Amino acid sequence: MADDRMLLAGGRVIDPASGKVRLVDILVEDGRIARVGKGIRARDAQRIDCRGKHIAPGFIDMHCHLREPGYEDAETILTGTQSALVGGFTRVCPMPNTDPPVDSEAMVRFQIERAEQAGYASVHPVGCCTRNRAGKELAEIGSMREAGAVAVSDDGDWVSDPRVMRRALEYAKAFDMPVISHCEYDGLSDGVSNEGLVSTRLGLRGKPWPSETAAAARDIMLAEFVGARVHIAHVSCAATVDLIRWAKLRRVQVTAEVCPHHFTLTDASLAGFDTNFKVNPPLRTEPDRLAVVEGVVDGTIDVIATDHAPHTSIAKEVEFDKARPGIIGFETAFSLGYEQFVLSGLMSPARYIEKLTLAPARIMGLRTPSVAEGTEAELVILDLKAQWTFSSAQIMSKSHNTPFLERTMQGLVVGGVLGEEHFWLLHAA
Amino acid sequence: MPRARTKPKRKPRKAAKPGGGRAKRAPARRRSKPEPYVPRLANLLGISQLAPADITAILDQAETFIEVLKRPIPVVPALRGKTVVNLFFEASTRTSTSFALAASRLSAQCVNFSIGSSSVKKGETLLDTARTIEAMRVDGVIIRHSMPGAAHFLSRRIKSFVVNAGDGCHEHPTQALLDAFTLRRRLGTLKDKRVLLVGDIAHSRVARSNILCFSKLGARVAVCGPPTLIPPHIEELGCEVFYRLDRVLYEVDVVNMLRVQTERISSSLFPSVREYRALYGLTAERLSELNTSVVILHPGPVNWGVEMDFEVAELPQALILNQVTNGVAVRMAVLYLLAGGQVGDTDTAETK
Amino acid sequence: MKQIIDAAELNRLIDRLAADIASRNKKEKNIALVGIKRRGVPLAERLAARLVKKRAGEIPVGAIDITLYRDDLQLVAETPIVRGTEIAFDINGRTILLVDDVIYTGRTTRAALASLLDFGRPKAIRLAVLIDRGRRELPIQPDFTGKTIETRRDDLVDICLEEEDGKDGVFLTLRK
Repeated sequence: MADDRMLLAGGRVIDPASGKVRLVDILVEDGRIARVGKGIRARDAQRIDCRGKHIAPGFIDMHCHLREPGYEDAETILTGTQSALVGGFTRVCPMPNTDPPVDSEAMVRFQIERAEQAGYASVHPVGCCTRNRAGKELAEIGSMREAGAVAVSDDGDWVSDPRVMRRALEYAKAFDMPVISHCEYDGLSDGVSNEGLVSTRLGLRGKPWPSETAAAARDIMLAEFVGARVHIAHVSCAATVDLIRWAKLRRVQVTAEVCPHHFTLTDASLAGFDTNFKVNPPLRTEPDRLAVVEGVVDGTIDVIATDHAPHTSIAKEVEFDKARPGIIGFETAFSLGYEQFVLSGLMSPARYIEKLTLAPARIMGLRTPSVAEGTEAELVILDLKAQWTFSSAQIMSKSHNTPFLERTMQGLVVGGVLGEEHFWLLHAA
Repeated sequence: MPRARTKPKRKPRKAAKPGGGRAKRAPARRRSKPEPYVPRLANLLGISQLAPADITAILDQAETFIEVLKRPIPVVPALRGKTVVNLFFEASTRTSTSFALAASRLSAQCVNFSIGSSSVKKGETLLDTARTIEAMRVDGVIIRHSMPGAAHFLSRRIKSFVVNAGDGCHEHPTQALLDAFTLRRRLGTLKDKRVLLVGDIAHSRVARSNILCFSKLGARVAVCGPPTLIPPHIEELGCEVFYRLDRVLYEVDVVNMLRVQTERISSSLFPSVREYRALYGLTAERLSELNTSVVILHPGPVNWGVEMDFEVAELPQALILNQVTNGVAVRMAVLYLLAGGQVGDTDTAETK
Repeated sequence: MKQIIDAAELNRLIDRLAADIASRNKKEKNIALVGIKRRGVPLAERLAARLVKKRAGEIPVGAIDITLYRDDLQLVAETPIVRGTEIAFDINGRTILLVDDVIYTGRTTRAALASLLDFGRPKAIRLAVLIDRGRRELPIQPDFTGKTIETRRDDLVDICLEEEDGKDGVFLTLRK
């Protein structure tokens, strides 16, 4: 529904940059925010009633999997960006572990164009760190940057050869790109669940937390030594949070993210062998969960990222050992975080939204999400009072692998504005 | 865009508390003697699902089947017309034969669903197998699988009852029940008895089921083995941990040896068979030095000369063959309790 | 529910049953009693005690549990507990007197016969019951009967024995 002028009237606008929440109207003209203020009169503009709602900049997910090319049975860029938008994510950064992997300029362009054709959330690809994700030789990081890649990573695997990782960190400095590290130390990583009481009880092969923390330690030290930026993906355990806190004190250029499932769930959920609780890194213990929550609150962990990882039911309806790790995440991320951090009183709404907007934009070098006059209109409308139950029927992702079905949550993305278009989400009506 | 999603067809019914299941039943007679507790189980997936009263009731039933097995014609018609399937993804002649024998002693048919390497190679998944079995309309499935949770997976997808005959390193409940039964027959009770499990606790489903089962029956359980073969937090399952056999063997009533796989040497879990035998083997010398009447169990098959010497198995307190005999009676009890009745309210107490 | 037979009459019935059995088995040397669990067992023991007085020699008593031989196992609400069979003597060549407290459809007796025959080949099997409440569903009739009572399908007949129920007596509950 394109329109030249739109007036978002009566909503409370959350500005993560200033930390303020103001009851103001927003006038959008030609896809840009023309005016922000009280009682704007614009008779010819299309009026969007936002009374009782909140308005925030669109969210950025700096870690997801859109599966295209190669695994279109699980997700496509079309369905993935639709699902993202439903979750309030107007920009997403897909990881390059597709088939073939995104390790070239052409692949980066392909993903961006696909998303533009689709017209939902925009895509800012993460390119491979090494050619073909093989961990041996550097990928063409510079050309990928030219084509629009915003970071490099061999996500799904750790770059185990320390020389290769060192060179990648050094090389990426030239393009001011972070290297995103999927921390999993070889030889400690053949498990399917956290190693601890639960794995002992269930007889599952365990993946001990040192697998993550030891890998993170090496990469943090290399980043410090070569003066490069490293980003630790999906932090899952207490020791890694402590490590990052220590590294930040040393002024290492390290940033980190946590996924909603790691701050919401623990390995106790595995008791029934439901493969929708199988993720990588694995769900860990309650002390680990509390540590990552604390890490988010004290700023050690910069970003909340979904690690949206769609899998077909065939890939999940198998023995626990054989099931592919990962769950879809776009459509529940905002609500799970809202519950964990805002409703609990740990953070203000503005600080929470900063973790979904400014922080990932800063790390990935993306245009700053804003509600200021003159900026591009990329806004989400939120109903923070709404209680809703996640149901299979409303899932927009092509895959349904989520442990959060039938969960009742508070806080819902109800609509938004993307440039000259605005949308309302049906399930919120 | 709604999509079809397979949901669990039913959850395993929780075992009722003693007497709980009988409350709705119209009292046909005024009885002064207490009714025996009937465990109401939909599946047997693990000892973790059983209450102590369930375990005791299963063992009590097994006693009556010991008597049946001693009859001139050791067959009863209880499960006539019932069919169970042995679904063994891992070869185990002992366990599958024991179940087949138990089924036939109850007049049930036991069919082997042979998992050729071919069907797995053809890409047949456990889901395919479950759906195939469901379509064949059998009454029960006995599953052995190399991966933990396989029995749970199956039970959520088929209506027939499921007996877990071993799922990876998770559980092997009928082994635990038959071991408890063997000990109860020998010692009278497990209450306050000290039971020591020795060997590869980390990779043993028998260890997990036995720790749970023995402790639910009131025994004080301990485990002993090289620290590399003791999984983390095992003590939270309710057992003590020892790393040196000689420091604990002399004070236990039962020693339950476990099979150790020599393949573990290649993954640096212990250095050599020689050292393992010296530290953790139930050798004849070790036993004679201790001069103890400790009862000996082993789930079999034994690696002679590694975890146990052949002479030890010949001792009168070694109950290894009793375990095998009792296994049939215990599995009869399990099959009988799972296949015997169905949920309904037909009260046939008066159909004399 | 009303009491139709009191303790004294119940014992008179057992006396009469014992006398009847004794008079018709005078020449039978090798006799044994097998009670059907549960109330057939104390009844068999009471009969044996009376028979021993009337004739020389031991009379072994066994107990049989017919649960595993029931033809309604698939229909019952919950799996019945098997109480175990105890027959400590060889039944081959003996005359076995099967004892139960009540006969109704005849299905219990059929199950008991099937079970007993799995233990060997007795010379003969006879059936003694305290109460015959009619309404048979199988062609089975007792050889010795304490008392016959007319009942309807839905009526409940409760036979109580001291050993099992703490008192002797027979009670009838009419269903509307």
